[in-house]
Amino acid sequence: MADAPAIPDEAEVRARWGAFAWSEDSQRKAAEILGRYPAGRQQSASIPLLDLAQRQVGAETKTQGWLPVPVIEFVARQIGVPYMRVYEVATFYTMFNLAPVGRYHVQVCGTTPCVLAGSDDVFAACKNHGLSKGRTTPDGLFTLTEVECMGNCSNAPMMQINDDNFEDLDYDSTTRVLETLARGETPKAGSQTGRRSSEPAGGPTSLTAMVNENHDYRGEWNTAHAG
Amino acid sequence: MPKLKVDGIEVEVPQGATVLQACEAAGKEIPRFCYHERLSIAGNCRMCLVEVKPGPPKPQASCALPAADNQEVFTTTPMVKHAREGIMEFLLINHPLDCPICDQGGECDLQDQSVAYGRGQSRFAENKRAVTEKYMGPIVKTIMTRCIQCTRCVRFAEEVAGVEEIGAIYRGENMQITSYLEEAVQSELSGNTVDLCPVGALTHKPYAYEYRPWELKKTLTIDVHDALGTNIRLDSRGRQVLRALPRVNEDVNEEWAHDKTRYAVDGLVRRRLDRPFVRKDGKLVPVSWNEAFAAIAAVEHGGSVAAVAGDLVDCETMFAAKTLVTALGGSRLEGRQTGMDYDTSSLGAVAFNSTIAGTERADAILLVGTNLRWEAPLVNTRIRKAIKRGAKVFAIGPETELTYKVEWLGDDLGVLSDLPQAVLQAFDGAERPMVIVGPAALAGAHGAALGLVDTLGLVKPDWNGFNVIHLAASRMGGLMLGYASKGGIADLHDARLTFFLGADEVDYTRFDGFKVYVGHHGDRGAHHADVVLPGATYAEKPGTYVNLEGRVQRGERAVFPPGDAREDWAVFRALSDAMGATLPFDSLPALREEMYAAVPALRHPGLANYEWSPPSLGTTATGRIEGYPIQDFYLTNAICRASPTMQRCSAELVHGESFAEAAE
Ligand code: SF4
Ligand code: FES
Ligand code: FES
Repeated sequence: MADAPAIPDEAEVRARWGAFAWSEDSQRKAAEILGRYPAGRQQSASIPLLDLAQRQVGAETKTQGWLPVPVIEFVARQIGVPYMRVYEVATFYTMFNLAPVGRYHVQVCGTTPCVLAGSDDVFAACKNHGLSKGRTTPDGLFTLTEVECMGNCSNAPMMQINDDNFEDLDYDSTTRVLETLARGETPKAGSQTGRRSSEPAGGPTSLTAMVNENHDYRGEWNTAHAG
Repeated sequence: MPKLKVDGIEVEVPQGATVLQACEAAGKEIPRFCYHERLSIAGNCRMCLVEVKPGPPKPQASCALPAADNQEVFTTTPMVKHAREGIMEFLLINHPLDCPICDQGGECDLQDQSVAYGRGQSRFAENKRAVTEKYMGPIVKTIMTRCIQCTRCVRFAEEVAGVEEIGAIYRGENMQITSYLEEAVQSELSGNTVDLCPVGALTHKPYAYEYRPWELKKTLTIDVHDALGTNIRLDSRGRQVLRALPRVNEDVNEEWAHDKTRYAVDGLVRRRLDRPFVRKDGKLVPVSWNEAFAAIAAVEHGGSVAAVAGDLVDCETMFAAKTLVTALGGSRLEGRQTGMDYDTSSLGAVAFNSTIAGTERADAILLVGTNLRWEAPLVNTRIRKAIKRGAKVFAIGPETELTYKVEWLGDDLGVLSDLPQAVLQAFDGAERPMVIVGPAALAGAHGAALGLVDTLGLVKPDWNGFNVIHLAASRMGGLMLGYASKGGIADLHDARLTFFLGADEVDYTRFDGFKVYVGHHGDRGAHHADVVLPGATYAEKPGTYVNLEGRVQRGERAVFPPGDAREDWAVFRALSDAMGATLPFDSLPALREEMYAAVPALRHPGLANYEWSPPSLGTTATGRIEGYPIQDFYLTNAICRASPTMQRCSAELVHGESFAEAAE
């Protein structure tokens, strides 16, 4: 479907966000971001500034944040480029939300490796918890989006909620994460089965000597080779 | 200068040329969609694939590959053909194939190239994507499902027009070309995106569903909506001009035309004067030619005869009128309708001497009282090019958006004799400095601007940097034919008989004598005239025009004038008989011979040679530039005022009215 997701009503959004300006905190960060680029190359700051703005909107609305058109225009003015150029960036990256989302933006990966590893169960858990794709729950807590591969395939299936990844999910652990969030607590991010980063499920099977400290295998490798 | 072989043909191309250009130099045609000579290289359609050795064993996009020494390029190998066929198949996957109802049909790159590279039928059984229409304003109609995302329109808007309002939003399959928030594109050059669009995604809104390109008669002529002399082609069917398109002329308009040139043609069939009128009891009454002539012949002028040339007339018309005025014993001629009276003793001092193409090479530019974007949009695009090469631009006058960065020096003309250090510095090192004087400053600061020739060193052995912008297509031709009086039009006010040649911007209330209007539209002139004689528009007569740089150009007749209207020179010829002062020519060639004898420079198309001997006028200027003469770009003459498209553009783009689009 090549139609644009409905960008919220302009008049209303302009009334609410027309006067958007950096908060004190964002102002400091914005100055730091802009400082990273040489004069005349401020356009390079489009992405970090949009992210900063989305976060500020999030803080102001107690959600994950989104980018109302007047806020996109504000960012464009900050870096002195035409609105269209920043708007293109904001629409290109799916990390920028063009419509309001809930407190937690649940992005579940639906690409092949995750599907093979059971993402259907993750979706089912979301569904049974009241989430539906592309919608925000009535309490404003969760927005569910199906996304493509997020590069966590070795810990499939996975979902991303705001800034954290939740990996090695199944039906129960997904439900647990959602319930914890609903209670206002912070669930443990990362693998839900307790494995460390993306090492094999039952613990390391190779290079075991390297788990806790660096280890020089070269001597052993040479003897093994000679033998 | 790399030397390479294309299909065995050895070619040498300039440094920095691409393989595509090398192929063209070898006479090989390379299919393309995104590549365009006048835009930056995008390399995103992949239609131009060729095989190149040495290089990876895969086809390469020739438009984005620099030509290098000893390359061997193949454009006809099975690999190339296969690759292009693949690309074409991909392009057509999401293309609606609605050629039978598409206005681009018959002049569509995609259609043409699919003849060579398309498969007979589609292997794609999935759903096609569809994209909603995008509103882009009164000029450009969009059918976005047809878009192949070549981004030519985006690059044109950004690079040439200088309005970054068109872009590609979303990504992958969802990518769509649109104007920002689907607002009307605020550009006087937006029609060019339609020509650039290789498919039917952008079409001419005003001409939608009006014609098929192959049923049109094509006539080469010259545009009259500004003083630039844009080379155009008028496409007509029967008695009606259906569209105007630019022709390529590197010296004048490159291959662009502004929206007035393109879309005012629907004014050619509206509000036309198609029979003579005579004022009786305060009312204009239709009469026969003879009656109209008799009414003029009855005027007791006693030799007090004058002629005022309008902005759109050709040299032939002005020459015929001048000959009649002289034969009747008069001598007063003027073309500057709004009352300007700058010194015209040396035409070099009122011409665009650097030439339009030369503007690109300028390295320091000072604009004095000119809103170039409206007064000469295609000079403005040249300045954008100069800036890309590093030129600095300063301007005196009320601040206005010119689509590029300008250092404004205020609107006080006094600054001309006391230029800020920054300007002097920029001009000091400049090899090709330019001063461009617009009509807003010409009246009060002609002398002061000429003074800059010395202070800024504008004139060098191979460069003349003094330039004047005119607004009327007839201006330079008129000045060459003597249409200028010392005190401007005020000198003519008391004439007992005055001919107005399509002059619609004159203050008629100042003229007490008998007023004869010879023109084509029922506009201001006709409302004030005592006798109206119907004439021909630029589309309806062959004519000679001289543009602001002094370039003599000739246009042809596309259609015949409506009703009783006749070519203007013929009107004067017939009238001269009735007045007992028969003109000495019976045909256009005969008139032209007389005209060339009087002004030899008009004989040869090309740049007329104005000698550079500027008059010495007072070099101090005081006062402020209050504003620019063009208040509304889209309604500057009788033809545009009669054009519904131009009225809509004016309402929407200048006056900010919004129009709800009916869903189609
Ligand atoms: S609208 Fe036409 S010119 Fe613009 S990107 Fe699409 S195909 Fe190219
Ligand atoms: S497939 Fe789900 S993270 Fe890669
Ligand atoms: S013309 Fe070369 S990629 Fe489009």
